[in-house]
Amino acid sequence: MSSKKLNLTLKVWRQAGPNEKGEFKTYYANNISTEASFLEMLDIVNEELEARGEDPIAYEHDCREGICGTCGMVINGRPHGPLQGITTCQLHMRHFKDGDVIYIEPFRAKAFPVIKDLVVDRSAFDKIIQAGGFISVNTGSAPEANSIPVKKENAELAMDAAACIGCGACVAACPNASAMLFVSAKVSHLALLPQGLPEREIRVQKMVAKMDELGFGNCSNVGACEAECPKEIKITNIARLNREFYRARFLSNVEE
Amino acid sequence: MGWFLKTFNYSVGKKLLMALTGFFLILFLCIHLFGNSFLYLGRDAFNNYVHFLNETDLVYIIRVIEIILVLGFAFHIWDGIRLWWQNRKARPVKYFVKTVDPKSTWTSRNMIYSALIIFVFLIIHLRNFWYEFKYGSIKETGATDYDIVVKTFQDPVYMIFYVVAMVFLFLHLHHGFQSAFQTLGINHKKYTPFIVWFGRVIAFVLSAGFASFPIYFFFFYGGN
Ligand code: HEM
Ligand code: SF4
Ligand code: FES
Repeated sequence: MSSKKLNLTLKVWRQAGPNEKGEFKTYYANNISTEASFLEMLDIVNEELEARGEDPIAYEHDCREGICGTCGMVINGRPHGPLQGITTCQLHMRHFKDGDVIYIEPFRAKAFPVIKDLVVDRSAFDKIIQAGGFISVNTGSAPEANSIPVKKENAELAMDAAACIGCGACVAACPNASAMLFVSAKVSHLALLPQGLPEREIRVQKMVAKMDELGFGNCSNVGACEAECPKEIKITNIARLNREFYRARFLSNVEE
Repeated sequence: MGWFLKTFNYSVGKKLLMALTGFFLILFLCIHLFGNSFLYLGRDAFNNYVHFLNETDLVYIIRVIEIILVLGFAFHIWDGIRLWWQNRKARPVKYFVKTVDPKSTWTSRNMIYSALIIFVFLIIHLRNFWYEFKYGSIKETGATDYDIVVKTFQDPVYMIFYVVAMVFLFLHLHHGFQSAFQTLGINHKKYTPFIVWFGRVIAFVLSAGFASFPIYFFFFYGGN
């Protein structure tokens, strides 16, 4: 495939700090190769901004291969851009047309305050994990992997749920800014495995309580999260989270 | 008891209350539709049915059911408004570009609006029928319950309003029925496609069923 060059207009949310007022600023990205990634396109724009002595556009990135989950932003109204099953860093410019106007906004949620420009504070997710998204094991050498049998179906469901990279796109996509897809993925992958069972009842209650406390919205079963999740986590996990929650509240004696 | 009530203060518990009251209201609508269908059997059949509910010994059971029904509506409405308000607060700064992903339905994102129209309908509905049947001055002229219904449905404005409200009931249940199963934790490869399909059938049968009465009495009813 031969590469082409694109001339684009970017409308980017610029906000100097958490308590500053933000606004959209217009930038022109000229001569962008269709082989560039979206983040490389932003890098090119930033180099030009720096050369002119202007403040570059702040955005988060680390692995640039869809693993770390830091690079989330809303591109033309879609978290991680218009494609399915990929993160922003995996989006390439060949999916855009010459002359396109691209709006770039940060994830919007009360629980994800803007730090600067497109960078939001997603530490709320860490707090939810700290509340219960772990198992207790002895330190030392790793236990033998096959000593406890796990049935294949559960192993696969747990693996699918564990694919969640904590990027926050589900929150960004949800009209209620709900974190249910993230929490359901974390609760599911532990509830499906024997190693997760000792803390099964307390975990789901603590994680739901923490999610509520941090100001995420409630789940209306809209399904926008599933559609935008780069790891294609399914809302069947949310049904499982609900089951786990009722089981813990109504059938066990464990109180959060 | 404390643990029980506390459950409904978790987000998942709030949704559980929503789903349970929602199912209860759907059950009520099914029975209500069955009762209304006596209208098609004529004046005597309908009046006897209303009489049977209100003036036989059944009345004591009916009163109890009415109280449960009012509570069902009250909890559903209160919980719905509470959820909607919290969901609004969870995103204080809105997106500038409002493109929505192509997979989520309009109805699921706008439950509060279909709900508000159903609510307004409910108030007017109670005023026109429940109040008129019980305390209406028209009764002094010898009009029966059946006549009140016919007369009300022959008002074009009310007829249109009723039908429009039923469209919104359809939208509410189109999402609501299958959503309530998901809330209860029932999402299963084998059954969910049927639940989604059946929910649409229920939504259609209920809304079209109720809308058929004003349409019939406005357009096709030729007197006795
Ligand atoms: C006869 C009337 C009604 C029926 C049969 C009904 C039924 C339902 C059902 C089954 C659900 C789905 C519950 C779930 O997602 O778990 C629902 C959701 C909802 N209902 Fe109703 N409803 C009725 C009237 C109302 C009214 C009057 C309101 C007024 C506020 C209302 C507000 C809502 C809201 C806001 C939701 C969405 C909750 C959410 O998912 O966040 N409903 N309804
Ligand atoms: S569930 Fe998907 S969208 Fe949500 S945090 Fe995990 S990977 Fe991101
Ligand atoms: S930079 Fe790591 S997922 Fe995009």
